[in-house]
Amino acid sequence: MIAFIIRRRVAAVGLLFIVSVVTFGIFFLLPRLAGATPDDLASRYVGKTANEQQIKDIAEKLGFHDPLVVQYGRFVKGLVAGSDYDYGPAVEHCPAPCFGYSYVDQIPVWPDLIDRLPVTISLAAGASVLWLVGGVATGVISALRRGTVFDRVSMGIALGGVSLPIFFTGLILLAIFSYKLQIAAPGGTYTPITENPGTWAYDLLLPWIALAFLYAAGYARLTRAGMLETMNEDFIRTARAKGLPERTVVLKHGLRSALTPIVTIFGLDLGLLLGGAVLTESTFSLPGIGKYAVDGIVNQDLPRVMGVTLIAAFFIIIANLIVDILYAVLDPRVKYS
Amino acid sequence: MTRSNLGSRRSRARLLDQTDAAARAQLEPPTSFLEVRDLRVQFPTVDGVVHSVDGLSFHLERGRTLGIVGESGSGKSVTSLSIMGLHERTNAKLGGEIWLDGEELLGSTSERVRELRGKKMAMIFQDPLSAMHPLYTVGHQIIEAYRIHNKVSKSAARQHAIEMLRRVGIPQPASRVDDYPHQFSGGMRQRAMIAMALSCDPDLLIADEPTTALDVTVQAQILDLIRDLQAEFDSAVIIITHDLGVVAEVADDILVMYAGRAAEYASAADIFSRPEHPYTWGLLGSMPRLDRDRTDRLLPIPGTPPSLINVPPGCPFHPRCAFADRAGPATRTEVPQMVETDAGHLTACHLPHETRQEIWRTEIEPKL
Repeated sequence: MIAFIIRRRVAAVGLLFIVSVVTFGIFFLLPRLAGATPDDLASRYVGKTANEQQIKDIAEKLGFHDPLVVQYGRFVKGLVAGSDYDYGPAVEHCPAPCFGYSYVDQIPVWPDLIDRLPVTISLAAGASVLWLVGGVATGVISALRRGTVFDRVSMGIALGGVSLPIFFTGLILLAIFSYKLQIAAPGGTYTPITENPGTWAYDLLLPWIALAFLYAAGYARLTRAGMLETMNEDFIRTARAKGLPERTVVLKHGLRSALTPIVTIFGLDLGLLLGGAVLTESTFSLPGIGKYAVDGIVNQDLPRVMGVTLIAAFFIIIANLIVDILYAVLDPRVKYS
Repeated sequence: MTRSNLGSRRSRARLLDQTDAAARAQLEPPTSFLEVRDLRVQFPTVDGVVHSVDGLSFHLERGRTLGIVGESGSGKSVTSLSIMGLHERTNAKLGGEIWLDGEELLGSTSERVRELRGKKMAMIFQDPLSAMHPLYTVGHQIIEAYRIHNKVSKSAARQHAIEMLRRVGIPQPASRVDDYPHQFSGGMRQRAMIAMALSCDPDLLIADEPTTALDVTVQAQILDLIRDLQAEFDSAVIIITHDLGVVAEVADDILVMYAGRAAEYASAADIFSRPEHPYTWGLLGSMPRLDRDRTDRLLPIPGTPPSLINVPPGCPFHPRCAFADRAGPATRTEVPQMVETDAGHLTACHLPHETRQEIWRTEIEPKL
C-alpha cells in the first residue's frame, strides 16, 4: 500500500515536470515558432509608448535572446526559488513559487491566484456536495423505479442538465431568483466563509445550483446505469436470500458496488473545477480562478494565463493521484502492485 | 407502487388465484415439514406467458434430502426461488401453496417471508464468486447474515462466523475471516457460502447447482460437507441439479422435472433401479459411466426442451419421446397426471405401468 502510494506520487511529480515543459513550450516556444521575435515578446512588458530601443533593452534584460533551455531553466528556477524581473526603472522581485509577472497589473501572478483560490474552492465544494447527493439519490431512485414516471421525468431533466450550458441555466436562475423574486444574490459578490458563513452561502447559492445541475445530471445517469447493472448481480440475490431488509440490500450491497466509478469521476471533476470554473465564475462574476483566467485572456496577459494553466494542471494531477489511491481503498480487488 | 421499492412492507406477490388471506388461513396445514402443492409460476412477457412451473407438488421432511433434477429451463431454479420468496421484484405470478413448518408462504406478507429467509430457510448458489459481494470480507458477509436474525454483539457474531468457517473446513478461520472472496479458491468460496447459509441454523437449505462451478475433485468434498452438516443440523435439504451423479451421492428422494412439471417422483433407489418415465431413462442414458466400454455411445435425448410459452399439448415430453406411439393418442392431447404406481413412486406418463416396466427391463436397462 505504502509502496503503491509512493510510486504514484513519483509518477505525479514526473507529470508535473512534463506539464511545466508543455506550458513553457506553449507560452515561449510556440510564439517563436509562429514567427514572433524576442522583441515581440518583450513588447508585452512595456507600455504602448515604448520605442524600439527600450523594447530591445527589455528583451535583453528578460533574457528572451537566451537559448530556450536557459530560459526554461530560469522559468523552473522561478517556480522553486523565485526570480527577479528587471524592467529597467526598477528590479521587481517575484518570490517563489513565481508563476510569472502580470504585464497588466505589474504584480506577481501567484499571490493574486492564491487570493482567488478560496472563491473557486468554495464554489466547487458547495456545488459538488449538491450534485453528489442530488445526482446519486436521483440515479438510485430512477434505477429502482425503472420505467415509472419518476424515472422518465428525472432522466429527461438529466438530459437537459447535461445539454444546457451554464451560461444559459445560470442566467435563467439569475433572472428568476435574483432579479424577479429577489431572494438570491445577484452575483459579483463573494464573502469569505470565515467572515460570515451565512452571507458566504447566500452569495454562492445560485452558482452552486447552476453548477450542481450541470454535474448532477451526469451523475444521475451514471448512478442509474450502475445501479441497474448491480441490482441484477448474483450477490444482490444472496443479500436478499440472507433476509436483509430491502433498504440494506439497495444501499449497502447495491450502491456500494455502483459507487466506485462515481468516486473516480467525482475526483477528476473536482480537480478540473478547482483549476477554475470558467463559465460559472464568468456568468456570476465571481472573482475566482476561472474569472482570473478569462480576464488574463482578454487582456492578453500571458503570465496570468500561464499561472492558471499550471495550477489547473496541478489540481488535476493531484485529483488523479487521490482517485488512484481511493480506488485501491474502495475495491480490495485492485492490486497495489 | 409508492415507497415500496425501498421499503420492505409490501403486500405480498401477485397471486394467480383469487384466494384471499382469510381463505388461505382456512387451508389445511400439511403434516410434512415442507409441502409444495400445485405450484404454478408464470412470467408474462411480450411474446406470451412463460409457464415456468405448472402444477408442481412435492414434500420434504427434516433430515431428508430431495434432489430436483432437470434440464435448463425445466423450472427447478424458479421453484426454489419461489419457496425463498426471491421471485418478488420480478414480474412473476404465482399460484398454489407452499407450506413451511405449518406456515403458508405464498399468502404471507413479504416482511414475514423476509424474516424467515436466512433464518428458517437458506440458500446457496451455483457460482460462489458472483454470489458473494466482492467488496466485503467473507467474515463481514457471514456476520451480516447472522446479526440480521440474532441480536448479538459484533464480537460475538465474529466469533460465530469464525466458528462457522471452521465447521465448513476452512483452515485458519480466525485469519481467513478477514479475507475477501477473491482471495479464496472456488471450493473455499462455496464452503464460505455454506457457512453463511448455515449461520442461522436454518431448517431448510436449498442448494441450487452447488457444485456446477467447481472442479470435479472439489465437487465431492462439497457434497460430503453438505451431507455431514445436514446430519449435524438435522435440516431438510433440496439439491437442485442437472447432474444425476450429484443426486445419486446425496439425495433420499428425487423429483425429475420437465418443462415446469413433475415427470417422476420417487426414492433415489427407485429412480436408479427402476425408473418409469421415458425422460428419466433419457437422463440416465445421457450419463457417462466409467464401468462401460468407451466405444459404447451415450444415449442422448433427441431434440431440445420445449418453449415454455408454447408448451406442447398433451404430455410435454411427447415430441422427444421414443415411446410416444405406444402410449396411444391421449399423449398428444391430455396432460398426464402424477400417478402412484408403487409406494411413494409417482410418474406422469400415458404408457401403462406394465409397459413401462417391460420397456425398462428389455430395451433400456441392457443398453445402460
